[in-house]
Amino acid sequence: MNNIKQSRRNFIKSLGLASGALVIGMNTTTGLATVLNSKDINMLSPNIWITLYKNGETHLTAHRSEMGQGIRTSLVAILADEMEADLSRVVIKQATGDKKYGNQNTDGSRSIRNFGTILRTAGASVKELLIEAAAKTWNLPASECNADSHYVYHKGKNKKIFYGDLIDAAQGLTLPTEPKLKDKSEFKYIGTELDNLDNNLYVTGKAVYGIDATIEGMVYASIQRTPVIGGVLKSFDKTETMKFPGVIDVVEIKGTPGPALFNPLAGVAVIATNTWAAEQGKLRLKIVWEEGENSSHNSDSYKEKLFASVKKKGKAYREEGDTYSVLEANKNNTDKKTVEALYYLPYLAHAPLETPAALAWVQADKCEVWTSTQTPQRSRTLVAQELGFKEEQVTINVTFLGAAFGRKSKPDYVVEAAKLSKHLNKPVKVFWSREDEIKHGYYHSVSAQYHQASIDENNNVDAWLHRSDFPPIGATFNPAARGPGSGLSQGATTIPYDIKNIQVEAGDAKAHLRIGWLRSVYSVFHGFSTNCFMDELAHQRGIDPLQHQLELIGADRVLPFDESFEFNTARLKNVLKKAAKNAGWGKKLPKGHGMGLAVQYSFYSYIAQVVEVSVIDNKLKVHKINTCIDCGMVANLDAVNNQMEGAGMFGLSLAFFGEITAKDGKIEQSNFHDYQLLRMKDAPHIDVEVVTSDEPSTGVGEPAVPPLAPALLNAIFAATGKRIRELPLSKHGLV
Amino acid sequence: MIKLNINNKVHEVEVPDDMPLLWVLRDILDIKGTKFGCGKGLCGACTVHLDGKAVRSCSLPVNAVNAQKIVTIEGLSEHGDHALQKAWSTVNVSQCGYCQPGQIMSAAALLSNNKKPTDNDIDTAMSGNICRCGTYVRIREAIKLAAKEV
Ligand code: FES
Ligand code: FES
Repeated sequence: MNNIKQSRRNFIKSLGLASGALVIGMNTTTGLATVLNSKDINMLSPNIWITLYKNGETHLTAHRSEMGQGIRTSLVAILADEMEADLSRVVIKQATGDKKYGNQNTDGSRSIRNFGTILRTAGASVKELLIEAAAKTWNLPASECNADSHYVYHKGKNKKIFYGDLIDAAQGLTLPTEPKLKDKSEFKYIGTELDNLDNNLYVTGKAVYGIDATIEGMVYASIQRTPVIGGVLKSFDKTETMKFPGVIDVVEIKGTPGPALFNPLAGVAVIATNTWAAEQGKLRLKIVWEEGENSSHNSDSYKEKLFASVKKKGKAYREEGDTYSVLEANKNNTDKKTVEALYYLPYLAHAPLETPAALAWVQADKCEVWTSTQTPQRSRTLVAQELGFKEEQVTINVTFLGAAFGRKSKPDYVVEAAKLSKHLNKPVKVFWSREDEIKHGYYHSVSAQYHQASIDENNNVDAWLHRSDFPPIGATFNPAARGPGSGLSQGATTIPYDIKNIQVEAGDAKAHLRIGWLRSVYSVFHGFSTNCFMDELAHQRGIDPLQHQLELIGADRVLPFDESFEFNTARLKNVLKKAAKNAGWGKKLPKGHGMGLAVQYSFYSYIAQVVEVSVIDNKLKVHKINTCIDCGMVANLDAVNNQMEGAGMFGLSLAFFGEITAKDGKIEQSNFHDYQLLRMKDAPHIDVEVVTSDEPSTGVGEPAVPPLAPALLNAIFAATGKRIRELPLSKHGLV
Repeated sequence: MIKLNINNKVHEVEVPDDMPLLWVLRDILDIKGTKFGCGKGLCGACTVHLDGKAVRSCSLPVNAVNAQKIVTIEGLSEHGDHALQKAWSTVNVSQCGYCQPGQIMSAAALLSNNKKPTDNDIDTAMSGNICRCGTYVRIREAIKLAAKEV
């Protein structure tokens, strides 16, 4: 074997899906793969993503969690497109949690961004392998063959051979490590409006979610958890609980001191023969808690604290020019103007419609889990740690997720199930009621944003000050964490505005709840205040808000914030112009109507939204949303549209109703009557334009959330002349 | 012993009288297409038909069912091909899909009384069903598409 060939082969240890199959290792960081010989001639499993059977059935692995973003369809379509597989012969296999797949944390809007090319390469290499096998069979050069829809053809001739019939001939061939990827013009599935391959499961009720997982002999658990973070159990009385028919046992769960991490909270678990009995038993527990220091936390006074601190100078995270001198000098210059505003957004809970759920079965030397998780590998590690097992002894089966929005990135509920199953020596399903989900979440941080800007004698913005104070997610991992961590890079330090003097700061804020990622994370409040303030500035300058935004974004250029993707201002202006044009920006509107816009670069995508509202007799109606996104090359256009619509509703929901408050350290809301979500009657029409692009794929699931609320408030201002700087709108009597 | 007629099949269950129908379906009979969302009649995830009317099974004690016929998403059509199910797939309504059995059951009850629902009728009939993924626009579209076929 010559050296070059040897070096292009990358033998890594067998990553088999079934013993005895033809298995080819795959290096997930490069997507390169190689053949290992096998004697099993019934199937070809050339890499961890693809298994081809003799009857042509093709199993394609989806290694990311399906939580409503249509990722299973997109991943499989990418593989199938490059492999020239016929989608109707494809069966989707959901991967268990395993490091061999690379990062499986389905979050951060990065599935296609990080795996698109790897999957394309995996598919293309199998296509080339099968072409090679056919060429060998026909004794032709591979260059005279091509593949299409599960067949290899002798180009231009009437000769063809079925993929399933090439399994023998493929034995012993080397899998190409640098296959030629398709040109965009050759795509069959990628970039089209694909139907969701799981539609039938969804509409017939057959899709299995974590909450549906069932195995023989399992029991059900409901847990009463500490109402205050850091609280511990003092005592409890289970007399009434045990009397309830169906209740089997009551088990104490000890809290873990130190950082919250993904540890189960201190609690008392009621074990029963069905969910209802477990819940009823839980309601009958009498528990005395030692609540601890967080019981002093009240969101009302905390808000005042945030306001006080955000008005003071903080630590600078971006500093260009000398913002403070400009603002200081303005005080003595009547030709110049200083504009300032203070914004506030409350805590939010995720409220996925399926509450967290996990079924665990711990046996002597292994543990199997079925759960709706965004993070199967993290779940595996934590369960193994909890049980004192090696990771190989733990299998995490990923079910469908009844949405997640970040809540299911925190597998405290998975650990709860493993703990209880070990203790009871039985399979245990942990159920979270809605009250549990609302009261014991990892909350989107409350925040205060302070903005100041200077307008010079020529009506140009010459200084920008932004301060952002919020309890950081870092505190969930290290209670001493106070600063913003990397949070400012989500829409605060990364503003695209061409202003001479820029100062972005953050102060310290202590966390009193478990703070966690929620769809779009810090971009939510930075996108909010920045876009609201931009509208205030436009108004102060007497300039149309669209004009004002375009002017401040300035000349076409690449901004230096992050090396992994180029931030190109031309693309940002493009989405803004398109959204505005589609909405009919500038047209004459009926009385009481107004339009507002917002634009943001988030998760490496460019997004703009325009909202049209009317406010008549102090009643708000949202008439229409126009969204334009540029997320680079698209995997499934229909899925992108669907995310734009859904994220728009998510943004509207948080603008209308989203508010979690704490009193004496306890969450005050409990269910959908006091933590309301958007309903059909308030859902406006949404028009979406997705920019056609060959640029690398960027985020889709999150970017459309943050701009919605500011676009809405700017529209309300246009309609009424009234500035609202705090959400939710339900507090302002408008909805 | 309580007798229930579910999807045209009679089941006998031994459960407390006040156990909500939702949990009888899910935990006792292993019929799991009907979902839990709130347990308080606030979200519609648990919607089933009782003699053709949409009800929230999480808030319906099983002993209130009596002889009324229960239809769940599994029994809406034999082959998953009710006009609404087809329309739902055509329009790609589902995101996570979790609310959709409840949405479809509410929509089916609407269409059986109102063959040509307006946007307003749809909004009124469907506002008890939350979709956290925000598929409302497509639900409206799918109901109208199905209405053309019924
Ligand atoms: S679960 Fe029954 S209405 Fe929500
Ligand atoms: S599709 Fe996810 S809740 Fe409706």
